[in-house]
Amino acid sequence: MTMEQAKQTFLEESRELLQEMEDALLALEDEPADTEIVNALFRAAHTIKGSGGVFGFAVVVGFTHVVESVLGRVRDGEMPITEALSALLLRCRDHMGQLVEHAVVDGGEPGPEVLAEGQTLLEQLASYLQSSGASPPAEGGMPVAQEAEASATGSLPVESDTWHISLRFGQDVLRNGMDPLSFLRYLTTLGEIVSLTTLHEALPAAGEMDPERCYLGFEIDFKSEADKAAIEGVFGFVADDSQIHILPPHSRIVQYVEMIEGLPEDPLRLGEMLVKGGALTERELTEALALQARLNADQGEEQRRRVGEVLVDQGVVQPQVINAALNKQQQIKEYKAQQSKFVRVDTDKLGQLINLVGELVIASANTHLLAQRFADAGLLESVSVFSHLVEEIRDSALQLRMVQIGETFNRFKRVVHDVSRELGKDIELLLSGGDTELDKAVVERLGDPLMHLVRNAIDHGIEPAERRRAVGKPEQGMLRLNAYHDSGSIVIEVADDGGGIDRDKVFDKAVRAGLVSPQQSLSDHEVFRLIFEPGLSTASAVTDLSGRGVGMDVVKRAIEGLRGSIDVDSQLGVGTTLTIRLPLTLAIIDGFLVGVGNASYVVPLDTVVECLELSEQERQETQRHHYINLRGEVLPLLSLRTLFHENTKKSQRENVVVVQYAGQKAGLLVDELHGEFHTVIKPLGDVFKRLSGISGATILGSGEVALILDVQALTQQAEMQKSAEHPIRHSELPHSIPTP
Amino acid sequence: MRVQTKGSGLCKLTVEDEMTIYTAVKLKETLMEHLQRCSELEIDLSQVDEMDTAGFQLLLLAKREAMQANKALCLVSHSRATLEVLDLYNMAAYFGDPLVLSEQGGTKETRP
Repeated sequence: MTMEQAKQTFLEESRELLQEMEDALLALEDEPADTEIVNALFRAAHTIKGSGGVFGFAVVVGFTHVVESVLGRVRDGEMPITEALSALLLRCRDHMGQLVEHAVVDGGEPGPEVLAEGQTLLEQLASYLQSSGASPPAEGGMPVAQEAEASATGSLPVESDTWHISLRFGQDVLRNGMDPLSFLRYLTTLGEIVSLTTLHEALPAAGEMDPERCYLGFEIDFKSEADKAAIEGVFGFVADDSQIHILPPHSRIVQYVEMIEGLPEDPLRLGEMLVKGGALTERELTEALALQARLNADQGEEQRRRVGEVLVDQGVVQPQVINAALNKQQQIKEYKAQQSKFVRVDTDKLGQLINLVGELVIASANTHLLAQRFADAGLLESVSVFSHLVEEIRDSALQLRMVQIGETFNRFKRVVHDVSRELGKDIELLLSGGDTELDKAVVERLGDPLMHLVRNAIDHGIEPAERRRAVGKPEQGMLRLNAYHDSGSIVIEVADDGGGIDRDKVFDKAVRAGLVSPQQSLSDHEVFRLIFEPGLSTASAVTDLSGRGVGMDVVKRAIEGLRGSIDVDSQLGVGTTLTIRLPLTLAIIDGFLVGVGNASYVVPLDTVVECLELSEQERQETQRHHYINLRGEVLPLLSLRTLFHENTKKSQRENVVVVQYAGQKAGLLVDELHGEFHTVIKPLGDVFKRLSGISGATILGSGEVALILDVQALTQQAEMQKSAEHPIRHSELPHSIPTP
Repeated sequence: MRVQTKGSGLCKLTVEDEMTIYTAVKLKETLMEHLQRCSELEIDLSQVDEMDTAGFQLLLLAKREAMQANKALCLVSHSRATLEVLDLYNMAAYFGDPLVLSEQGGTKETRP
């Protein structure tokens, strides 16, 4: 692991811990006395400080230290978590997040406004610390660890090829949030600890022993390719108050002597340990001790040569030590195996893979087509197996990009908390379906529209407590985020139990905006859908229409940009539900290939309900009106031939592909049905952006281009066409709006 | 902390909490108190899901105090977390208790 990777790990860990802190803080508002949560909170801060310290992020450590001190007082029961404190701590948490990002990502100092914010927060925190003697934050200066200089008198280097690290931790390291364990663990990422001896002689008698002080020291033999600066860097943050000696491989005996002299323990005991750890041979030790005795005396050539001749005497090492070392290695291996369970991959690489898989799908379709032309049974079978495998590759490749929506949902806990607090409302957020998966690209672009909807619901949907009480609702408002899969798309619902949308007010507003005429008779649902029209997104609509209309057109555009749709259902006085439907992925679809004249079109397979052939009598009927009777149901028909101005001669037969989108069904009139077809969506150029009814294009196996139909737009078109013909019948048809 | 005392002066302690700097002060009191009272102490570590250096030092302290008072102290049912610390600090041999997970390490049970 390089330093850079370690930093990334720190960043990710910190993000998780910060999320834990946020969750804990929010949870504390319901359970202010829950010590478990307070402990969790304290520990999260403590860990961030500790690991920040390992990397020498002084700003992070300094700030977090104060936060931790305040949390420490809360934990010790010296003061309660008040609402003001909780709000302050949330801000501190945000600030910590910024500091961590700055430290890792920019690697530099945070900007002046961030520092100013930190100063303000520190001042506010200080008022919670006044009665306690909290120690000031640790300063960031890190002197380089001591370096034993090579003696110029020139004794020979020792044989061992390991680093020798001698550590005597300062007594306060534990209190400062740094655990020797974590340094050792981090050390193992740079190399292999060949041997380690824990020195605990400094542990005082039970009476005087302070359990929060550190009394330990370590002698470590360490095999590593890292340079001295890197190894010193591991202990950088404790270098201040701890004794650290780092001897490179093949250091001179004199250097060992100097080190031994600098340590508090008995030289003989230390010497034994060095031999045991393999840093020195017994002979070298004798030499060293002798050297120590007559440090200034001249050394005979002879003796030095003898030292060089001695072989490493494995016999002096206890079997226990060897076994311990073996165990250690085993453990490190296991740890590494665990680490490799997850691989972090650049999203660009994933994107490239998916593009390639897309090309593979097209190539496979081409092969399939050619094989059919040759009509060779063996070839066909082989191609069929091949296509099957390609399909599986495609599915697994897409699966790689799937993420759960839960994380996005969780972000709203904080939003709901903050906004409702701001507005003085009490709102409970219910989350469900957080494990529903969808494409990462979709999730990323979903955040903003969702945020808009949630804020809208809190701000304008849910009434103030007094009004809720007056109409006999529970004072606590409810906001629900739900996600689930439904026929190839993912559905996300934002539901509140607020005042609902006043149909008449929306209608009036729409009439004034010139969107509809006063005489028009519209279903409730159609009226509600008007809130997505740009004309209704005026500021005055905020008050008039209890605000649902602010930027709704923007939300709608964003959702449609993801090839999705949004719908609204509301009941006055009961609540409003907004339903977003999104495709699972943006890149590849399972399609149903149809032909009209010479052209081919692809209908997304998830939307296809059934296919029927039109009888001669029905064909006659469709000349007169644009619907057929489908088992007693009125099915609006849309002729692709007319729609796309296909001028070729009409074919002998016509087929209907029944498609369904968001509960609306429509029939597409086509010439030929070609069957299922897996395809990669190629986005259309800007020139075709405004084309309604087409969402993209794809390349067929034969190399021809087929257009992918936008079923959502087509069903709407069919519906409008039908209601234009049969306005009376319209109200008889139920609008199936998915309800929770 | 669950305590079970046997007639022969054997006392079985089950640490039911993490052994970290957060619990160290209280844990030290409890450990020392029980060590004083009994002639043989057995500490069950199976419930310890977290251990840091502070917690480790307490075990060291207890072991040394026990040895000085000529009492037996053994650690049993080490949890993964405690084993990891003992192994990283290479101190399993010092305590001399049989370890389930690293038996091949050849640590022998030694009683003073």
